[in-house]
Amino acid sequence: MKTDTTFTSVLSLFKKVWCCVRHVSGDDAYEQYLKHHADFHATTLDAPPPLDRKAFFKLWQESKWKGVKRCC
Amino acid sequence: MTITKKIIWGLLAVLGAYAVSVIALHRGESINALWLITAALCIYAIAYRFYAAWIATKVLVIDETRATPAERLDNGRDFIPTNKWIVFGHHFAAIAGPGPLVGPTLAAQFGYLPGTLWILVGAVIGGAVQDMVTLFFSMRRNGRSLGQMARDEIGVIGGTAALIGTFIIMIILIAVLGLVVVNAMKHSPWATSTVAATIPIAMIVGVYMRNIRPGRVLEASAIGVALLLFSVLAGGWVDHNATLRVWFDHDGLPLAYAIILYGFAAAVLPVWLLLAPRDYLSTFMKLGTVLLLAVAIVILRPDIHMPAVTQFTDGTGPIFGGKLFPFVFITIACGAISGFHALIASGTTPKLLSNERDIRMIGYGGMLLESFVAIMAMIAATVLEPGVFFAINSPAGVVGKEAIDAVAKINSWGFAVTVEQMEQLAKDMGESTLFARTGGAPSLAVGMASIFGNAFGKHMLALWYHFAIMFEAIFILTTLDAGTRVGRFMLQDMLGNFNKKLGETSYTPSVILTSSIVVAGWGYFLYIGVIDPNGGVNILWPLFGIANQMLAAIALSVATGILVKSGKLKYAWITGLPLAWLVTITTTASYQKIFSEDVRIGFFAAANDLSAKLASGVMPPDKASVAPQLIFNQHLDAYLTLFFVVVLWIVVLDMLRLCLRYIQKKHILMTSETPYVRTCL
Repeated sequence: MKTDTTFTSVLSLFKKVWCCVRHVSGDDAYEQYLKHHADFHATTLDAPPPLDRKAFFKLWQESKWKGVKRCC
Repeated sequence: MTITKKIIWGLLAVLGAYAVSVIALHRGESINALWLITAALCIYAIAYRFYAAWIATKVLVIDETRATPAERLDNGRDFIPTNKWIVFGHHFAAIAGPGPLVGPTLAAQFGYLPGTLWILVGAVIGGAVQDMVTLFFSMRRNGRSLGQMARDEIGVIGGTAALIGTFIIMIILIAVLGLVVVNAMKHSPWATSTVAATIPIAMIVGVYMRNIRPGRVLEASAIGVALLLFSVLAGGWVDHNATLRVWFDHDGLPLAYAIILYGFAAAVLPVWLLLAPRDYLSTFMKLGTVLLLAVAIVILRPDIHMPAVTQFTDGTGPIFGGKLFPFVFITIACGAISGFHALIASGTTPKLLSNERDIRMIGYGGMLLESFVAIMAMIAATVLEPGVFFAINSPAGVVGKEAIDAVAKINSWGFAVTVEQMEQLAKDMGESTLFARTGGAPSLAVGMASIFGNAFGKHMLALWYHFAIMFEAIFILTTLDAGTRVGRFMLQDMLGNFNKKLGETSYTPSVILTSSIVVAGWGYFLYIGVIDPNGGVNILWPLFGIANQMLAAIALSVATGILVKSGKLKYAWITGLPLAWLVTITTTASYQKIFSEDVRIGFFAAANDLSAKLASGVMPPDKASVAPQLIFNQHLDAYLTLFFVVVLWIVVLDMLRLCLRYIQKKHILMTSETPYVRTCL
């Protein structure tokens, strides 16, 4: 039993770290965008449908590199 | 604070003070690197816990109940309330470039002590404060940029100066970083082929992220990192293959042309193909390698062989000319205080903060971590035998072209090194020679390779060396790509005022025109740096340092002005003090670079010396052919330095005028701070 709980806690810790890595690298940016869209825009009637993954990623990457993003 | 906590902090302070006194007073054969690490960590901890906390609560008066722009303007794209660790990751990845690795390596010519003390004190009192207050003021203004804040808070002059300063600093920075890469790849088929391989690898990653599996950043990066490691291995095969190696065995000049061509392509190509994927790879490599270096230093506890202070504090140093004051403060910008950070701290990062209290960790803490990277670079450079360090870093123009002359010269300075020792080292590292590889990257790579080699196995020294070169090159090239693109956008923005069409970022003729201008700008300085027999680092790095410190002075002027305007005159010293120091060192360094009679320091002196030699006909024909260009360049550099110092003084005086008007209760620009809104998070 005890090893079971240790295993689950290690697993949940690993999951947490993995989520963090995905978040910090932008791997889950599309999921975040869908969530934002559902929370803020989907409630209005004439809201445009969310972008698909490819279109969103294109927009996201282009807006990311508009200003000073990297330093010396 | 409980009594236990007081005791713990007291003990930490005693340990830190002891470690600093050990590194400062030690005058023996060698000293353990762990003392530097201990001193650094204690100083950072105390500064973060007390000074930064005091600034946050008493000076900036951080308000946890106030909604941040990320909350108020949340749009799911650039304004997003984000977890503080994630913002920290983004912020650190953005600020930590090659600067903190190169600067300390070059400044090690003064010995390990001056650079180390400046990295620690400069970061704690200057750089980290600048980053934190700029982040705070930008956050209170919806994430406005430094230039916009300068315009809104001080006036049009300050804003324009910040804009022009940013543009020129970018040009000089890219040129000097390009030179570092060229010097690392010169006649090294292994390094050149590995660095060249990073371009198609980045493109593969880009196509994968864009078309094959859109947005799967981690998968694509994992593939990219695996390919990069393979390219280091494959570079070794290229080096051992007689037909292949000639393809990658080049002089400095063709390599410089290749980099210029590459820079142009990177600025014109879409971001998804080259810049964005390269950036992912360089960020992962950077974090991984810095972590590995830290672990290796702690496991290995290497001894530092460089003396605490060398005789070159008198200004006769081989890597760059000039006395300890002011040149150590100019050479180490990133790692102590870097004006460039103010551009990151105003703009991207403030739009992600979910609560004002995160500012201390991200602004102040982020800079402390960068400072720690600089300390590790200092350790990696100074664990080398000083004779070896100077043999790698002294340009041929100073010590002579032949190995035997270079060794004799370095021995005459009192540093032991032999030709056989250098040949063996070059063989171990898989290079044909390690003499005159000025720029910092090769000596840092030798230092890192010997640390990694000792910690993880000595038989792979050549592999570790080229891994380190690849690691430095990949994020130097990222800075080069990103910088050229930013320069292009800025130029298009400026041209847009005269011709609307030229201001459109997707209008191809404008893209080609502006990219060409930016690339030609840094390409020129890179070209001159490569043909300069004294190794262009002597000219370009101080110029970059002066420009970067000028930008820091602009950021600190803006911050000081805002503090005074908000009725916090009695606290204005927290930014005013580092500002006064920066103005002092930048002005002194500029004065010396312009007016010094010493040909290795003064631009005009060097130009006059070259003209005299050219006129008297004593110059060998190969040098005489490039002399007119070098003379022109020395003049240009002198006027550029003059320009920097004039801009700096204009901004500072403009800020002082504003403060004076405030004290006299005359009319001044209103503060542009956004009104209070209560947080709902």
